[in-house]
Amino acid sequence: MSIDLKTIKHISKLSRISVDEKKAEKLAGDLNSIFEFIEKLNELKTDNVQPLTSVAETTLKLRDDEVKSKNLREQIIKNSPQENEDYFVVPKVIE
Amino acid sequence: MSDITKQSLSELIKNIKDKKLSSTEVTKAFVERSENSKDLNAYVTEDFSAAIDKAKKFDENPNLDLKLPGIPMAVKDLFCTKNVKTTAGSKILNNFIPTYESTVTQNIWNEGAILLGKLNCDEFAMGSSNETSFFGCVQNPIDKDLVPGGSSGGSSSAVAAQLTPITIGTDTGGSIRQPASFTGIVGLKPTYGSCSRYGIVAFASSLDQAGPMAQNVKDCALLHEVISSYDEKDSTSIDFKRNKYSKELTNNIKGKKIGIPKEYRVDGMPKEIEDLWKKGIDYVKDCGAEIIDISLPHTNYALPTYYIVAPAEASSNLARYDGVKYGFRADGENLIDMYEKTRSEGFGAEVQRRIMIGTYVLSSGYYDAYYLKAQKVRKLIKNDFDEAYKKVDAILTPSTPSSAFKIGEKTNDPVSMYLNDIFTVPVNLAGLPGISIPAGHDAKGYPLGLQIIGKAFDEQNILNIAYAMEEKINFKNKITDWWIK
Repeated sequence: MSIDLKTIKHISKLSRISVDEKKAEKLAGDLNSIFEFIEKLNELKTDNVQPLTSVAETTLKLRDDEVKSKNLREQIIKNSPQENEDYFVVPKVIE
Repeated sequence: MSDITKQSLSELIKNIKDKKLSSTEVTKAFVERSENSKDLNAYVTEDFSAAIDKAKKFDENPNLDLKLPGIPMAVKDLFCTKNVKTTAGSKILNNFIPTYESTVTQNIWNEGAILLGKLNCDEFAMGSSNETSFFGCVQNPIDKDLVPGGSSGGSSSAVAAQLTPITIGTDTGGSIRQPASFTGIVGLKPTYGSCSRYGIVAFASSLDQAGPMAQNVKDCALLHEVISSYDEKDSTSIDFKRNKYSKELTNNIKGKKIGIPKEYRVDGMPKEIEDLWKKGIDYVKDCGAEIIDISLPHTNYALPTYYIVAPAEASSNLARYDGVKYGFRADGENLIDMYEKTRSEGFGAEVQRRIMIGTYVLSSGYYDAYYLKAQKVRKLIKNDFDEAYKKVDAILTPSTPSSAFKIGEKTNDPVSMYLNDIFTVPVNLAGLPGISIPAGHDAKGYPLGLQIIGKAFDEQNILNIAYAMEEKINFKNKITDWWIK
């Protein structure tokens, strides 16, 4: 299997990471060598194996649905790159 | 006492409790040595004057019943510390000041310790050499231009160089044990669910664990006792009965069954590592333990599995860095353009590479072939350990396939860098505890480590084995202070 530049462009779009031609070529090379290494898994037959989703064999604890954190507005907004009257500001999305 | 920084954590605690040293004297000594050691680049953020203030305050009314009374400590910059910048080694978090404290660090401060500063690490803990950090690589105090390992490279360097008496790191695929091995210190990766992940910058959530890094096993056991706790703020935290790890520590390991997995004898393993392993086997035999040959047949599939599971989880965890809520933002012509430029300029090359791998293996049409396949192989790897533990109490392996390498030596070949974690990654995939202890030197005088892997929740047992071996090995780190002018 080989990852071509078109695939790199597709993944970069899904990842929301802009990639220019030079970077795309470097990434294609790196990803191909990594996937070559990953392909080793195909040596194994796993049809009847249950996938492992959690190493901890415990059931998740339930708790009452109560509000425990209050008045966090200031804390939440504190690190935002741009804010206005308690709102996050982003580039215009509606024309 | 001029040699304060040479003392182990246990010695410092004793001297503070006996009132032979004050917290202020101890804190000032570590601050001074840290200031003289800037060439190591171990710190990302220094909090020295606040630390001295806190130490003075501690001394005014010292509570000597605490486990870490007035002990200064620097921590990996992956732990959120309230009102102290937390970067995860990334440009994208270079201006991030948490408004809350991670549970693990809170547990440490609750026992009387004092924050010295935040230690360098690979960006988002993705790396094995600390070279992916936005803040530059860290020097290994063992030798100039040698990597300290990674991702907890600032942590391993700082403990080995005695800039902090002890520290905490995080370990997703070997990020505590490999740097501990490269710098001649002790590092414990606890059982998954033992230490809370609340407030730790997430990399791969099903693998990440925090753990102690120390100069010796006893100090390591004490810090583990402090940080391991059930926490309802982490839904994967496990509520089990925790030992008093330092109090219950014993070097009596008579009759323990120690497994030696044949699959860890990998092709091209240097003779030095092979010899070290044999020496380790002799040490545990000397302690009265029994050696049993075992097989972990899927060992060779652990790294490929890890390089699907970890990037997949990372790609979804790191989706939160969008330039809106916190962190770095690049200007863009519109919202999408802003996202794409923010992430392209804010993340370094290795992080982008892993997000891309993760996005690809989770993308439509590839999920079954890669992600589901990896989860199935992960099950086989865990089954191997479950089978082995029917016969043995613990497993002894080398920590790494080589000693520390030079800065720049492996940066152009991601796969050769990934191979560093060949002995540590299976432990994370199976959620088990593992400890690396310094066990010898190679021909260049660089430290080499041995790893003891335990059953889930059996930290006490591997700490005991490590403690017994430590006594036999009698390791001395060869550090010359070459970086101090």
